[in-house]
Amino acid sequence: MRVVIDADLCQGQGRCFSIAPSVFGFDELGNGVVLASGELSEGELELARLAVANCPEHAVGVVE
Amino acid sequence: MTIEKTPVADFATDFDHTDPAWVADPYPIWEDLRQRCPVAHTERYGGAWFPATHAGVTQIAKDTENFTSRTVIMNDGRPDELALPSPIGVAPPITSDPPFHQIARKLILPAFSPGAINPLEPQVRSLCRSLLDRLEGRDVVEASWEYARLIPPSVIRQMLGFPEADTDVFIDIVHTVTESVDLPMDERIAAFEPIEEYFVAQIEDHQANPRDDLTTFLLNAEIDGQKLAVEHVFGTMILILVAGIDTTWSAIGSSLWHLAKNPSDLERLVREPDLMPVAIEEFLRFYAPVTMARLVKHDMEYLGVAMKEYDWILLGFPAANRDPAAFPDADRFVIDRAENRHVAFGLGIHRCAGSNLARLELRVALEEFIARYPRFALADPDQVTWSQGQIRGPRRLPIRVG
Repeated sequence: MRVVIDADLCQGQGRCFSIAPSVFGFDELGNGVVLASGELSEGELELARLAVANCPEHAVGVVE
Repeated sequence: MTIEKTPVADFATDFDHTDPAWVADPYPIWEDLRQRCPVAHTERYGGAWFPATHAGVTQIAKDTENFTSRTVIMNDGRPDELALPSPIGVAPPITSDPPFHQIARKLILPAFSPGAINPLEPQVRSLCRSLLDRLEGRDVVEASWEYARLIPPSVIRQMLGFPEADTDVFIDIVHTVTESVDLPMDERIAAFEPIEEYFVAQIEDHQANPRDDLTTFLLNAEIDGQKLAVEHVFGTMILILVAGIDTTWSAIGSSLWHLAKNPSDLERLVREPDLMPVAIEEFLRFYAPVTMARLVKHDMEYLGVAMKEYDWILLGFPAANRDPAAFPDADRFVIDRAENRHVAFGLGIHRCAGSNLARLELRVALEEFIARYPRFALADPDQVTWSQGQIRGPRRLPIRVG
């Protein structure tokens, strides 16, 4: 499992890095970036899924 | 001078967002429109459309091919009669279209990114505490006029680097601008004169004495090696005022109004302060203050209706947030709503550039109010008044705290 942000869809709504700050961060413009590399812990995965469900732009995903 | 208007008979065919029924309680109107239209029309304002669904609002917000942002406040002048500057627009980047939009937006985003905004928390908190100190000893406080209203302009004044001694002058100027949006165009232009004078003086002072603030940043900013045009600097400063002040004032006021009426939600926040970030998003969904506007670029069939070039679109993000097709229990305030894809800050390329600042101010304003007054209630529901226009929030909000 890993998390992805579609940079073409991300508009810097800021939900992912607020909900899951250990998984997502932000760049200089305030757009979301993926911080976590490697396997996510169960807790991180849960927060990442919550971030997916809260992104108004549908820019965040959890993929196999 | 306000314009005399005939009452609305049917919001589906003759809507007016300044009608007293809409101002008092728009939510049942929108629900009715969702079931009947779902794109309402009016001949007022020279012709306008109002999509009441989340799907319709989303489609238009993301469609910069068929709609322009050259003017985002719906007013009585049919826009094709105005010589609107393009591509900059009067207040870039909110009034800019691609491709210039992206250039103007990238310029200001770093100043409003979480990296720049998060460090402001201590000064926002200290501002809120000092405003509450002034209300000490009263049984009834004016939570909108004497608290929420005063928070955003002080933060913006500091960000722009204007003198602290000018706080009251600045607040007056801001209200002249933000309250002028419903006036006819010539009166709006007249209302801008004092702010123009004040800004020119500030710009000159910053040119002579550059310092670490947003004004100096804009004056030094470059596009393709060229300093920004003066009208660009001025337009962006106006945008920061108009977009950053009544909006957040309204969000703070609506949230306090809700808590004053819903003691169980207030008790929950007092008991579980960690719930605040989740609650903030529900306040933003349920009481989203900002409705935007677009203009139709050309005659077309769209969302099943025949739109004409330069028709207005009233883009109701607050209505989208109440659409049951997008949110379960859409008309119920759920303070711990875990999944909340609300669109209070818009969608697509014009996402509110100040959203990180707005969230910070809203959260700290509520945290400090609740810390000072863990129990409060409306002093007199009949005295609560709501703003009219595209920004919705309480303007008078007497709250009993003692």
